[in-house]
Amino acid sequence: MTFDGLRQAPSVKRQASNVTWGSSTVNDYAVEVFNLIKKFGDFTAVNGVTFNIRRGEIFGFLGPNGAGKTTTIRMLLGLLRPTGGQATVLGYDIVHQAEEIRKHIGYMSQRFSLYQDLTVSENLDFYGRTYGVRGGRLQERKRFVIEMAGLQGRERELTRNLSGGWKQRLALGAAILHEPEMLFLDEPTAGVDPISRRAFWDLLYRLAEDGTTIFVTTHYMDEAEHCQDLAFIHNGRIIAQGSPEEIKLHKMQGQVLEIDCTQPDVAITVLRQMGLFDEVALYGALIHVVAEGIAEHKPSIAQALAEVGVQVRAMDIIAPSLEDVFIANVRNNAD
Amino acid sequence: MIARTLTIARKELLHIVRDRRTLAVMFFLPVMQLFLMGYAATTDIEHLRTAVLDADRTPQSRELIEAYRASNYFDIVGYVENEETLARMVDDGEVRAGLLIPTGYGEDVAAGRTADVAFVIDGSDPNVANTVYAASQQVGQAQGIRFIERRLGVKAEDMPGVEVHPRVWYNPAMKSANFMIPGLIAMVLFTLTIMLTALAIVREREQGTIEQLMVTPIRPIELIVGKVIPYVFVAFFDVLEVLAIGVFWFGVPIHGSLSLLLLLAALFLMTSLGIGIFVSSVANTQQEAMLVVWLMLLPSIFLAGFFFPIEAMPGFLQALSYLVPLRYMLVIIRGIILKGVGLEVLATQVVALVIFGAVIMVFAATRFRKRLE
Ligand SMILES: Nc1ncnc2c1ncn2[C@@H]1O[C@H](COP(=O)(O)OP(=O)(O)OP(=O)(O)O)[C@@H](O)[C@H]1O
Ligand SMILES: [Mg+2]
Repeated sequence: MTFDGLRQAPSVKRQASNVTWGSSTVNDYAVEVFNLIKKFGDFTAVNGVTFNIRRGEIFGFLGPNGAGKTTTIRMLLGLLRPTGGQATVLGYDIVHQAEEIRKHIGYMSQRFSLYQDLTVSENLDFYGRTYGVRGGRLQERKRFVIEMAGLQGRERELTRNLSGGWKQRLALGAAILHEPEMLFLDEPTAGVDPISRRAFWDLLYRLAEDGTTIFVTTHYMDEAEHCQDLAFIHNGRIIAQGSPEEIKLHKMQGQVLEIDCTQPDVAITVLRQMGLFDEVALYGALIHVVAEGIAEHKPSIAQALAEVGVQVRAMDIIAPSLEDVFIANVRNNAD
Repeated sequence: MIARTLTIARKELLHIVRDRRTLAVMFFLPVMQLFLMGYAATTDIEHLRTAVLDADRTPQSRELIEAYRASNYFDIVGYVENEETLARMVDDGEVRAGLLIPTGYGEDVAAGRTADVAFVIDGSDPNVANTVYAASQQVGQAQGIRFIERRLGVKAEDMPGVEVHPRVWYNPAMKSANFMIPGLIAMVLFTLTIMLTALAIVREREQGTIEQLMVTPIRPIELIVGKVIPYVFVAFFDVLEVLAIGVFWFGVPIHGSLSLLLLLAALFLMTSLGIGIFVSSVANTQQEAMLVVWLMLLPSIFLAGFFFPIEAMPGFLQALSYLVPLRYMLVIIRGIILKGVGLEVLATQVVALVIFGAVIMVFAATRFRKRLE
């Protein structure tokens, strides 16, 4: 698949999208994004991002606060008009065919946006009906969703009174009532406890197994490992993409040395002062040091730490985590 | 299309039912306004608190005081010894008027000369002052005629003269309530619907639920219509509520056709709902929306001639008042209730409202997009 078609004038492109990729069977990609740009005044929130999402996969969109994740999703759903670039969702052009897209996708916005003053059941009724799900099918889908979200017995509770985890699962439920081909989830697990997050991801796996394509943004690195494909976005640019394994293999320059020692804060300062490493970062109580040929530096590190009275309990070369890769890439990108 | 619109309307109804405060505003605010306007904003003058400075202290002066008291316009609440005390009482608002009878009044009357008295009026409220001014002169003139009768030994009816019999049409008792209450119905309709529709839409924007709504296949028109349907019912309920209290409590008679009144009220709703939707498209928070609504309402209420007649305004403001939709509704509603007139008389107003309604609705609807920018 190339983007040549997308570079043409909009009218030609729309025609092409109908003929070539319009029906869902022709194309492997649920989402194709080429050089998408969004400016708010002088400020460029999304700066030419390009990526594809295969049908049926869980695609993770990672990035720190303000990276441009939400802005990208909003453009894909026709809520914001792109300043430049092209994209299609399920074969439909995001600028001219937003209404078509909306019929076939489910969306969980970053801010919880079900109605707090409605009950669980009323919220589901409402969203179901807006998508034209009604009657027996609505009852059937509601039963499915309530069972899936573990909300049995709470149908009549006001949404306001649900705890964070329930709310999140209810919002997911409302987004899948109409059995969309694709889901857009914007930081669905932000602020939710680890057990609820786990439960939520189990639901996502189930949905993906049933063939739903899922686009999910997060800034939890552990969640990124659950995705089949990833894109890291930083300052509006994609700085790395691929499967978690690919990213760890190819996108990382140097190896990671993990140090377990006393006084990690002192140790970090000392290590940074040595000026030999690409990256020195603290992960909980552990220090990660990144450099090409890190093994050669082990003796000098041990010596430097011993001089300031830091006792090293363990020092091992480990496989890089996604977080290491991410930080390394952010740094490279800034250079 | 209809199903989706009703889905929205049903949801909106649930919001209304669950929100006690809004419910209270919807059903009690008009009643409160009605009682305020019906009682407080009245320019009817009766039993005005009046002080008397009687420097004369003769049977003649006491007769004059009695004449003022008997007129029902004035309550003599106290006698003062000097002008300073009277001035202080007027300043303090203890009394609104003062009768000053100088020494020699009785003598003048007895001698058949013209006797002078002074009457002090608190002119802070010009409407009240006008009425009091006229009433104070009226009492004096009646007293004068009585003197003439006594001197000539004939009754006034037997003397030559012209007697004017004024007939006040439409509001023979000249009760302020009859004028205020029909106007209030129009105002309630206007204020409440603008406010409620604007807030209902802005609330979704403020709470972020609008984003979720926009990605559903709902069309903007379905969203708008669905959201305003419940408020249309609320508006009609309020109209009937105010009307019922007006008729049964304040005794305002309805001379014209009630169904025509409701029909034209519905026409007027197009305009006020349209304005509400427009406000919701410019405001991002409920506070902003309230501010915009008040900025529009205040000039509307004055320019439309709710309190003061348009004819009394300077020409520039009169011209401006043609741009205020409330103006037409006031003419319609006062016309139907007070004068009992029908469509043939109100045609101009109706056409104006049709034009306003259509233009505002189309304008508001085109501004309302399913986008966040
Ligand atoms: N409507 C807007 N007007 C101006 N700037 C905006 C607007 N929306 C977003 N931005 C800016 O664009 C940048 C990207 O915002 P965006 O919401 O896409 O980030 P994000 O990756 O979703 O971050 P977060 O993790 O905080 O949700 C931010 O700096 C934000 O302040
Ligand atoms: Mg975001």
